[in-house]
Order: sequence, then C-alpha cells, then structure tokens
Amino acid sequence: MELTTVWFSLIAILWIGYFTLEGFDFGVGMLLPVLARDDTERRVMINTIGPVWDGNEVWLLVAGGATFAAFPEWYATLFSGFYLPLLLILVALIVRGLAFEYRAKRPDDRWKSRWDMAIIVGSFVPALLWGVAFANILRGVEIDADLEYVGGFFDLLNPYALLGGLTTLALFVTHGALFIALKTDGEIRHRARNLAVRAVVVTAVLAVAFLAWTQQQTGTVSSAVAFAVAALALIGAGIAAQAGREGWAFLGTFVTIALAVGGLFLALFPDVMPSTLVGGTSLTTTNAAATAYTLKIMTVTAVIFTPLVLAYQGWTYWVFRKRIATHHIPASSPAEPAGTR
Amino acid sequence: MDPTDIARWQFAITTVYHFLFVPITIGLSAIIAGYEITWLRTRDERWLRLTKFFGKLFLINFAIGVVTGIVQEFQFGMNWSDYSRFVGDIFGAPLAVEGLLAFFLESTFLGLWIFGWDRLSPKLHAACIVLVHVGTLFSAYFILAANSWMQNPVGYAFNPDTGRAEMNDFAAVLFNKVQLVTFPHVVLSAYMTGAAFVVAVAVWHLRRARTDADRAVYRPAVRTGAWIMLVAALGVVLSGDVQGKIMTEVQPMKMAAAEGLYDTEAPADFSIFQLGTLDGEKETFSVKVPGLLSYLATGTTDGEVEGINQLREQYRETYGSDPGAAYYSPGDYTPIIPLTYWTFRLMIGLGMAGAALALWILWATRKDRVPQGKVVLAAAIALPLLPLFANSFGWIFTEMGRQPWAVFGLMTTAHSVSPGLTTTEAWISLITLTAVYGVLAVVEVRLLLTWIGKGADELPPDVPTDSGEDRPLAFAY
Ligand code: HDD
Ligand code: HEM
Ligand code: HEM
Repeated sequence: MELTTVWFSLIAILWIGYFTLEGFDFGVGMLLPVLARDDTERRVMINTIGPVWDGNEVWLLVAGGATFAAFPEWYATLFSGFYLPLLLILVALIVRGLAFEYRAKRPDDRWKSRWDMAIIVGSFVPALLWGVAFANILRGVEIDADLEYVGGFFDLLNPYALLGGLTTLALFVTHGALFIALKTDGEIRHRARNLAVRAVVVTAVLAVAFLAWTQQQTGTVSSAVAFAVAALALIGAGIAAQAGREGWAFLGTFVTIALAVGGLFLALFPDVMPSTLVGGTSLTTTNAAATAYTLKIMTVTAVIFTPLVLAYQGWTYWVFRKRIATHHIPASSPAEPAGTR
Repeated sequence: MDPTDIARWQFAITTVYHFLFVPITIGLSAIIAGYEITWLRTRDERWLRLTKFFGKLFLINFAIGVVTGIVQEFQFGMNWSDYSRFVGDIFGAPLAVEGLLAFFLESTFLGLWIFGWDRLSPKLHAACIVLVHVGTLFSAYFILAANSWMQNPVGYAFNPDTGRAEMNDFAAVLFNKVQLVTFPHVVLSAYMTGAAFVVAVAVWHLRRARTDADRAVYRPAVRTGAWIMLVAALGVVLSGDVQGKIMTEVQPMKMAAAEGLYDTEAPADFSIFQLGTLDGEKETFSVKVPGLLSYLATGTTDGEVEGINQLREQYRETYGSDPGAAYYSPGDYTPIIPLTYWTFRLMIGLGMAGAALALWILWATRKDRVPQGKVVLAAAIALPLLPLFANSFGWIFTEMGRQPWAVFGLMTTAHSVSPGLTTTEAWISLITLTAVYGVLAVVEVRLLLTWIGKGADELPPDVPTDSGEDRPLAFAY
C-alpha cells in the first residue's frame, strides 16, 4: 500500500477513535438536563466520564496534528476554509472542558447551573458541527486552483450537510444514553436505557437517510458494505437496549459510529477534499501529502506508540469499570467550605 | 489593520496566554510528584496533605492549560495556512508526535491520578503523577523542537517544484543546537515558576497558621520550594548564557536588537537601561557594564558584536538569493528595537528578582523563624508573578526578535498568513478568543484564590468499611 494511503487510513482511524470515544462524552453532556433530576444525579453523570474525557479529546488533537504532518495542504485548506464553524467548535470545547473541572468547585447554585449550561451547549455545538463539517468535506466545497477555499460561511449550511449534522447529533445522544445506562446504577440507569430505546429509532431514520444520500453521491462498494453493517449494528443496539443488555447495546452504537465514519472515509478516498469549482483543484491523498520521508518517520512512530496508547487507555477503562450510583457521590461537594472562611 | 496584523495579535495573545499556565503545569507536576514519593517513603502525613492540597490547585491550572492548548493546535491551519503548507512536512511531524507521545500520556494518567486515589495501589498512584510530569516534558520537547526549527531551520531542503521546505533529516530537527539549549532554558524557567507558586502559597499559610502542626506542614514546602527556585534560576542563567552565544551565531540581528546596538563594536558594552529614543540617532543617558555584551555574545569581554546597520546590509546580501527574496521589501530585516531591548531586560530582570526574593525567604525562614508583617504578603503576591512574566517576556523577545521572519531566512510572517482570511473573520476570532480568555482569567484567578485560602486540609480519618465497594468516591467532580 502507498504510504499516502496508509496515512489516509490512519487519519480515518484517529477520527474513528475520536467520534466513538468523545461521542459518548458529548451525549452525556447533552443529556445532562434530560436524564438527571437533581444535582447529585448530574454529578453521577459527569463522573462517569470524569477520568476519561480528556484522554478522549486527545484523539482530536492527534488527528489534527497528524493531518498537519501527513497532509499539510489538507490541514491548511480545511481549517482556514471552515474558519467560523471551527472557531465555534473551539470555543465550545473550551467552556465544556473547563466546566467539568470547575462546576463542583463552588457550593453556589448559580455557579453550578452556569457551568452545566456550558457542558450542555459545549457538547451540543461540536456534536452538530462535526457532522456538518464532514458532510461538507464529502460533498465537496469551492476550492480554487491554489487549493484555497473560496466559498463563504453560508455555503457550508446546505441541506445535505445539515442532515449530516443532525445524524452525528442523534448518534451521539444515543451513544451517550447507552453509556450512562452501562456505567450507572439506580433510577438513572433505567431512565437512560428507556431514552436510548426511543432515541435509537430517530437516529436510525436520520442515519439511514444520510448514509444512503452519501452512498448515492460518492459511494463505493466498500463504503456500501460499511454503511450497511453500521445500520445493522444500530438496529442491533436498539434490540439489545430493549432487552436490557446494556453492554451489547453500547457496543452496537460503538460499531455503528466506527463503521459510519470509516464508510465516509472510504467514500471520500482518494480525495481528501474534493472541489466543486469549475477549474478548481481537488485535494487528494497524493497532492495534499507530505514527502515520503516524513510519512515514513511518522509511520514508525505511529506503529510503536499507537498500541501503547490503546493499551493504557484501555487499562483506564478497566480501572474505572465499576458502575456509579448516587451513593458514591461524596455527600458534600468538595467545595463546601470546611467551617467558615 | 489588515488580516496579517490581526492574526499576529491573535497568535501573540493566545500563545502568551497558553504559556501562563504551561510553566505552572510543568513545574507543579514535578513538585507534587516529589511530595507523593516522599510521602510513600516516609509515610509522614504532612507530605500527603501537601500532595492533595497542591494537587487541587494543579487541576484548576491544568484545565485552562488544556483548553487553551486546543486553540494552539488548530490556529496554524486557521490563520496561517500558507505557513502550514510551507512547513507542514517538517513542523507537523513534531506536533503530531507530541500528541501521540505527550498529550495522551498527560491526560490519561492525570485522569487516573485524580480519580484513582481509592482504586490504585499507592505506588501505582504515585507513578501516575510521575508519568504526567514526563508527559509535560515530552510535550515541551517536541513543541520546542518545532519552534527551534523556526529559529534555525535545519534538516530540510527547499523544493522549488512544490514551493515548500521538505524534511530530509528528522534527527537534525529533533537535536537542533538551538533546541538543545532552549529546552533546558524553558523547562528550568518552568521549574522556577512552579516552585515560586508553591513558595508563595505556602509562605502565606505559614504566616497565618495557628498551630505548630500546621506550621510543620507549610515550612518544608516553603524551604524546598525556595531551594528549587534558586537551583533552577542558576540553571536558567547558565543555559541562557549559552543560548545568547548560539543566538548570536544563528540570528545575529536578534542579539543586536536585544541591545539596541546600531553599529558594530569591539568590545561591546551592555546597557542595563537607557533613557530616550532607541533609534540610534541620539546620545541618550544609559547605565552600561563594560564588555558585558561582548561576553554574552561571544564569550570574551572584548569580542566584536555586529550592529544593526551592518547586519541589515549583510542580511540583504544573504537573503537576496533565497526564496524569501521574493518577499523582500527594503527596510525590513529589523525587528522593533525598543520591544526587543526591553523584553530582554525584563526577562532577565524579573526572573532574577524572583530568585532574589526566594533567597530572602530562605533567610527569613531560617531556624524555625516565621516571617511576619505586610512584607510577606507583598512577597507572596510578587513571587509567582515575577518568573511568570519573565517567561512571557522571554517568549515575546524570542519571537519578536525573529521578525520579519516566521521561519528564519525562509519565510516571512507576512507571507505566512492564510490568503483567504478576511478582515472580518480575523476580527471575529480575535475578539471572541480574547473575550473568552479574559473572562476565564477572572474566573480562574478567583477560583485559585478561594482554594488557596482553604489551605491543606487535615486528612479525613481512615474509616474502615466492610463494604469497600460502596463507599463514596475519594474524588468526584
Ligand atoms: C514548553 C512547553 C510548551 C509550549 C511552548 C507549548 N505548550 Fe501546549 N502544553 C504544554 C506545553 C507547551 C503542556 C505542559 O504539556 C500543557 C500545558 C497544560 C497542559 O495541560 O499541558 C499543554 C497543553 C496543550 C494542549 C492540550 C493537551 C491536552 O489536551 O492534554 C495542546 C493541544 C497544546 N498544548 C498545543 C500547543 C501548541 C500547538 C503550541 C505552540 C504554538 C504549544 N502547545 C505551546
Ligand atoms: C508558548 C510559548 C510561546 C510564546 C509565548 C510565543 C509568543 C509569540 C509571540 C509574542 C509572537 C510574535 C507575534 C507577532 O509578532 O505578531 C510569536 C510569533 C510566532 N510564533 Fe511563537 N510563541 C511561543 C511558542 C511558539 C511555538 C512553540 C511555535 C511553533 C511551534 C510558535 C510559532 C510562532 C509563529 C508561527 C509565529 C509567527 C506568527 C506571528 O507573528 O504571530 N511559537 N509567538
Ligand atoms: C541571566 C539570565 C538569562 C539569560 C542570559 C537569558 C537568555 C536568553 C536568551 C538569549 C533567549 C533567546 C533565545 C533565542 O531567541 O534564541 C532567552 C529566551 C527565553 N528566556 Fe531567558 N535568559 C535569562 C533568564 C531568564 C529567566 C529568569 C526566565 C524565566 C523565568 C527566562 C525565560 C525565557 C523564555 C521562556 C525564553 C523564550 C524561549 C527560548 O527561546 O528559550 N529567561 N533567554
């Protein structure tokens, strides 16, 4: 296989890692006002992702860095082109990340509810916009012969892209609900499972529509297979959730996201950012790539360190495998002043 | 302002801001790891109290370091797309490796450390914070390798067909001679800063402490912290000295600009400060140390140091035939002299003032003494700010002294900016990020002060429970 193809695949894997993992973080964040009845339950939810959300987010940073190194032209065109949506995503990730860390650090209700809002909005915005962004990449945007994006902000808000956004949003909500069902105990677990059973239906409708539209536009045989299995896994997740098999259900949405994202990359290949402009140039795995030397160095590094990362991240999930329930949450928030201040 | 200027302001603001939290993360993680290991060895509870206390403060700081880092990762593509195209082949590699080696390590093991108090054995738990620190060092190494390449491009060839710099020797990039001194200089400044933070907090509590038991907690933190500061400061000076010589070699203009030296001199004096204009036109009042600049730049007190006017001509000849020549406009090649002059002095001055304060605190706390009075309060406030701002000025000096180049000798800053970036977009992003960062600064400082005020709690009594599985989490968000 060409090194450029290897790196195209590795970048696909990094995005798969990001969406399958941070996907449930986003879902948990968005469901905060829906599933939790009081502050303790909100804390139960947040603590299910407490030890892992930052590590999950690093998949995004590495996807960004790897794109910079392996496909500099892609990195340059993509992020300067999708400027304002990316800015929105960055602001959302900033307030959301801080909210996890800061919300319980003051015993004051206004403080907490503001940070809760930051978690909810900060999870909602990227969950929607990543879908919009990926759909636009697949559909193609106006890129001129100098490989610069020349379209405007509103060109990015077309029906296909919005459907893509709604699909990721719905997928992450379902994925998050199943994660909560898997990681908590007590009432909230049942609420989460019931919600997942309903959410899965909406998600299936959106996902099938979006993936079929994609398939019809740029699909290949392999992407069709990936999309079909993704759809089956989603249905399987619904059935398993209904039957109370939370582990299988979560695995189902995990596979759905992985294969849907994988299928999108298969449908994209060998382009990385097609141009819709007459006389424009599409970015491909070859014309956007770094030199063979750089790709070789990066391949060696990735081959050595990716398994290591997977091993210790996996171990983290093992260490924190226990379900969390309301009685695990320390009675007073750690911010309760011990006496007078 | 045109998009380039706005993008520059944005880069300067977001990066200097990021680097307010970075040195504290690097320094404090090392110190906390030291506390926890000492506790494991001695089983003396004071160290555990310090571990937990500074651990909480660490998290408040770390959170902002992380979220501002995310912006760093993407803004090269957003605002500097032509730069990214030109250097991606070389610059992208350390950035990607940083993510893979450092960020995963930091974030995963910090998660384990925070939530793992009752899940991991004490040894494993201490290993987690050590790994977090190792992660910060990896992170610093790779990002500084990327930056050092911009200061002194090595291990590449310019490819006229693709119009970009292409890597041909990764080892040369990683072991760039600029990098080899920049890394110790920056990491030691970070240790200084982290230790200053610890000393400031601990000395304030030492003064307020009501019981001998409490004083016994804070005193060792003050003393060890102050010693770390002093030793690190010594290392910073020594590495800075070597840096100056390498800088004179690779970017002579920066050294001339640091001093505002317009005409070549041998021996060259170092002015400690100067009144009046720095444009080289007028004689002004200044305080000078004879021969010191020669020493800083060349290692001998009578060595020749080239001046700005001579260097400008020399740069014109050299870069007239380089790819950068296409971008050349007369009058360039000179950074903003007052800025480089003063930031260089502020870096050294503030940092050394911090070290002097540490020395004073060591003296004032000798033999069980507890320093009293308002002076201590003032010292506690000034202590972390001095090295912190020395860091900022060091970066502003390094980066502004390189101007007009983004990549020295290869690509100017003006040609780095994204061609499609509109003034409106650039303003939106500058204003948004500055506003968000401003609000966060207020929130973070107030939160830090509240938690500093709480002090190192007594440890909760160890209640043995038979149903260990069901007890509340030792730490929860
Ligand atoms: C000398 C050290 C140093 C320097 C020059 C920089 N950083 Fe940094 N960065 C760190 C040292 C560091 C750190 C110590 O590793 C941080 C600080 C707080 C933290 O959480 O990790 C970090 C965090 C951090 C993160 C978040 C990591 C996470 O989620 O865990 C990113 C994406 C970046 N940085 C990226 C950058 C980029 C692209 C820079 C250059 C423009 C940059 N940093 C300058
Ligand atoms: C964290 C420490 C750093 C600080 C505080 C810092 C600060 C600055 C400042 C003040 C400027 C000048 C802004 C201007 O002239 O408009 C600048 C420019 C620049 N720096 Fe750094 N820098 C840091 C690290 C880095 C690193 C590690 C890189 C690359 C890996 C980098 C890349 C650049 C680039 C591309 C520019 C040119 C764009 C510009 O002028 O704004 N910097 N930086
Ligand atoms: C006598 C003391 C010092 C000397 C001689 C010195 C020297 C230098 C020199 C020559 C540079 C520029 C390197 C380049 O652009 O190639 C530099 C940069 C820098 N200095 Fe210092 N320095 C001193 C003290 C300090 C202190 C006390 C701090 C902070 C606590 C500090 C923090 C920095 C930082 C963060 C940079 C930018 C990164 C870099 O290029 O290394 N320095 N220093």
